[in-house]
Amino acid sequence: MYPENAKYTRDHEWIRADGDTYVVGITAFAAEQLGDVTYVELPSVGKTVEQGAATAAVESVKAASDVYAPVGGRVCAVNTALDSAPELVNQSPHEEGWFFKLENVDAAQLDGLMDAKAYEAFASASH
Amino acid sequence: MTWVPTTADERKEMLDAIGVNSIDELFAAITPELRAKSWNVPEGLSEMAVRDLMAGMAAKNASSLVCFAGGGAYDHFIPAAVDALTSRSEFYTAYTPYQPECSQGTLQSIYEYQSAICRLTGLDFANASLYDGGTAVFEAATMSIRVTGRRRIMCHRSLSPIYRRMLETHAAHLDVEILTGDDPTGAACVIVQNPSFLGSVENFTNLSQRCHDAGALLVMSFYPVSLGLLKTPAEMGVDIAVAEGQPFGVPLGFGGPWLGILATRKEHVRKMPGRIAAMTEDAQGRRGFVLTLQAREQHIRREKAMSNICSNEALCALRALIHLCLLGKEGLQEVARHCHAKAEYLKKKLKFTTLLNKAPTFNEFAVRLPRNAEEVVQAMAAKGFMAGIPLRPLGEGDAGDLLIAVTERRTRQQLDAFAEALEEVSCR
Amino acid sequence: MPLIYEKSRKGRRAIVLDALDVPDVEFPAALGRAAAAELPEVGELDVVRHYTNLSRKNFGIDSHFYPLGSCTMKYNPKLAEAVASLAGFSQLHPHLSSSEAYWPLCQGAFELIHDTESLLAEIAGMREASLQPIAGAHGELTGVLLIAAYHKDHGNSQKDTILIPDSAHGTNPASAAIAGFNVVEIPSGADGVIHLDAVKAAMTDRVAGLMMTCPNTHGLFEPEVAKIAAMLHEADALLYYDGANLNAIVGKARPGDLGFDVMHYNLHKTFATPHGMGGPGSGPVGVGERLLPYLPGPRVVKGVNGYVLETPPKSIGRVAQFFGNFMMAVRAYAYMRHLGKEGLPEVAEVAVLNANYVWSRLKDAFEPAFSARFMHECVFTATPQAKKGVRALDIAKALLDLGFHAPTVYFPLTVKESLMIEPTETESKETLDAFCDAMLEIANMIDSNPDALHQAPVTTPVGRLDEVRAARQLNCAC
Repeated sequence: MYPENAKYTRDHEWIRADGDTYVVGITAFAAEQLGDVTYVELPSVGKTVEQGAATAAVESVKAASDVYAPVGGRVCAVNTALDSAPELVNQSPHEEGWFFKLENVDAAQLDGLMDAKAYEAFASASH
Repeated sequence: MTWVPTTADERKEMLDAIGVNSIDELFAAITPELRAKSWNVPEGLSEMAVRDLMAGMAAKNASSLVCFAGGGAYDHFIPAAVDALTSRSEFYTAYTPYQPECSQGTLQSIYEYQSAICRLTGLDFANASLYDGGTAVFEAATMSIRVTGRRRIMCHRSLSPIYRRMLETHAAHLDVEILTGDDPTGAACVIVQNPSFLGSVENFTNLSQRCHDAGALLVMSFYPVSLGLLKTPAEMGVDIAVAEGQPFGVPLGFGGPWLGILATRKEHVRKMPGRIAAMTEDAQGRRGFVLTLQAREQHIRREKAMSNICSNEALCALRALIHLCLLGKEGLQEVARHCHAKAEYLKKKLKFTTLLNKAPTFNEFAVRLPRNAEEVVQAMAAKGFMAGIPLRPLGEGDAGDLLIAVTERRTRQQLDAFAEALEEVSCR
Repeated sequence: MPLIYEKSRKGRRAIVLDALDVPDVEFPAALGRAAAAELPEVGELDVVRHYTNLSRKNFGIDSHFYPLGSCTMKYNPKLAEAVASLAGFSQLHPHLSSSEAYWPLCQGAFELIHDTESLLAEIAGMREASLQPIAGAHGELTGVLLIAAYHKDHGNSQKDTILIPDSAHGTNPASAAIAGFNVVEIPSGADGVIHLDAVKAAMTDRVAGLMMTCPNTHGLFEPEVAKIAAMLHEADALLYYDGANLNAIVGKARPGDLGFDVMHYNLHKTFATPHGMGGPGSGPVGVGERLLPYLPGPRVVKGVNGYVLETPPKSIGRVAQFFGNFMMAVRAYAYMRHLGKEGLPEVAEVAVLNANYVWSRLKDAFEPAFSARFMHECVFTATPQAKKGVRALDIAKALLDLGFHAPTVYFPLTVKESLMIEPTETESKETLDAFCDAMLEIANMIDSNPDALHQAPVTTPVGRLDEVRAARQLNCAC
């Protein structure tokens, strides 16, 4: 049920290649656990982040969570649509609800992440 | 000597239901070696005896001196309706509005309070209240650090020395630099107070411009009643406005409970500490109020919360709100105008002193007396006046320096008598 | 109900001052505001009726049973309100403490501060207490600042970490972080308490202290507390007592005797001061021998000719402008003096009796979260009910319709679908029975008519409110 063209973290982020850059979001599982998302705090464009750094934050009515960079890199774009429509994270977590894009990433770091199948098993065990 | 209603028979019945023989069995987890090693507590007293005892203590306090002291705590008139309404136990015996459906009285009053603070300061958002004016300065400082990512706090000379010390105590183990001055370069914020601790009123518009050019915030501690006349924090470009809310309907009470006010601009609301009420609807479209943005707070975000604050001063915020409603748009201006005019009148009467303020003042000013201020206030107390606050013990001036405040409660007759007595005592 | 602002009529007044009896003076225009604040223009009766009607939309202790776990919503005695209305306390200017010249004029207030602090210290087995912290979380912050000052003074600069059980109130980690510490969480055992091994596993030379609530938020007394204290002290780390649940042990055990070095008291919980819709509280801090030199100052001490102020040699400084929420201390002092030596232990006895009675009546219909004997509150998990589609939140809302405030729900975070019930000692058996009957009625409805529970509450001024809309649209002022 999770897109095959992405890799996944244990913190429930996804990352997939998008031309020369990589786009990052949170999984449908994470979005469902949070409930209705009310606010997304996005990083500033140009910021360089290490793998695993708290890069964005997402809030619902009853929960808040950091969103970590699945790999290190430089933030080259953010999804400003989330400012006025945070519900996109619930409605379309793997497409329109993306958070930020990274460039200059170390692609080798992707090897340590889960594929769709492994993540599906991981998520269902997290219930 | 108890408020426990349970009878001996009922206790027996309840123990049977639980399946134990004695109450002590319920405490079995507290093994003998863990029990209290001392219990040197006096015997209980009847209600009548407690009232006598405490009336005796209260009688040893000089609470009826004619008050010319301020320094963050002011003797303003409190209309009877403030006490009558806030002593309704549906307000004062309620807890935090965790269940909004049975707490609409609390939540709507918080929303109305937040609205009053926004209208007063010109800022976009206010929280439901903080502890007091001093801790509000600390909260504004840490909020500035969150907003800017910088770790230097500049305290302007106008800031109350008590607030400054509280800030230093609270931030002692944070990696934060607290300096004196108004240079915003590299700072998270500059903290000013208006009127200053010594009463001077300034226009901080230029400073806010300098702060914003340097990427710093301007924090202002304001005197709430003064905003009946003074330029608002928003008009001066302030980013976070804080105040001691005691002057709005809260009794002096030897220092508390009082009221911490905090308001800010829209762009910083998610970094703001404390509870916030918001308007919304139920499924039938009825207007209602809830706590919102709770994901910023300690019960959800724990060590990453914007603040550790949990209890606030909601009942004092209600006092302030009701006081402001009773005063209304014209009344607040009137109170402020009276405070100012009466202080100016008194200033003119104190020609035998040296006025220490270079700038205009609102209702408080500092003078240098020809005699030690502590001796003077002692002699003035014997004449029925709390003549002000000697400044040297607070580290703010010379031995003869006295801080004097005048509220709308002081009559011309009291001002004349005060000036005469002060002259007699100081120049004798 | 309309907002007070919607009742505003141009030119209407409530309070009008006497005519100004001194010459009017223009305030310098350059320093003045452009336009008056748009406060409501209303009459006194408008205000009185508005807030009287608003108050009726609240549940308070005087009107409703309020079994909010960990919040200790007991009866707030009217005696305390009566003494708090004495002008000698309520109209006393705190700057009387700022100059020695004024001290003879506030001896009664100093005496009250001194005696309240002494009594609090004795009750908890602490050496001294300070009334300065303004609320529980402020007491925690003060306590953690005291721990930091101790380690700084002892050259333990590496000690930058505070250990906190996973069942703790969110204020504990937040206070530790606000004070500048890192936080490491200690997992509770399956039995709901903290074990020595779990603390040992987290112990490093960076540990400055551990914050513990006892009984903890599972309602259980921590059986290994003395051993944990000894282990911490071995490593020159300190043990903090969160006084939120002191009500359960007052007169039975004292934190100081158990090995705690520092604590806060919640006067609005154990000592019955009213909580006023979320505040004021009052969170005095108590310390044992180790932290005595660092207490906040100035302090009231007994001198030869009456009470005077002194600041301890290594004081952390002021955490309040004056003496904290003094008027709350006035109320708590009246409470303590009325109950006294025998009455205070009875508080804990009946609080624990009542919680266990509620447990005994509900344990077959709801699943207790733990098997050990509860102290002053009993914690259930509504997980079995959730499987049938009725969550803890639905149960809470259904209780409102039956005339009871809900228990604490979804806290502690360690218990899924938690219902945390704290009846306190001031409720009668009839009230407890009526509450238990209501809970059992709800348990039946879960099987017979679960949809009705999803609709609840229907008797309150509003139904369940749209919190998502509130957070997204953010209308917080008008």
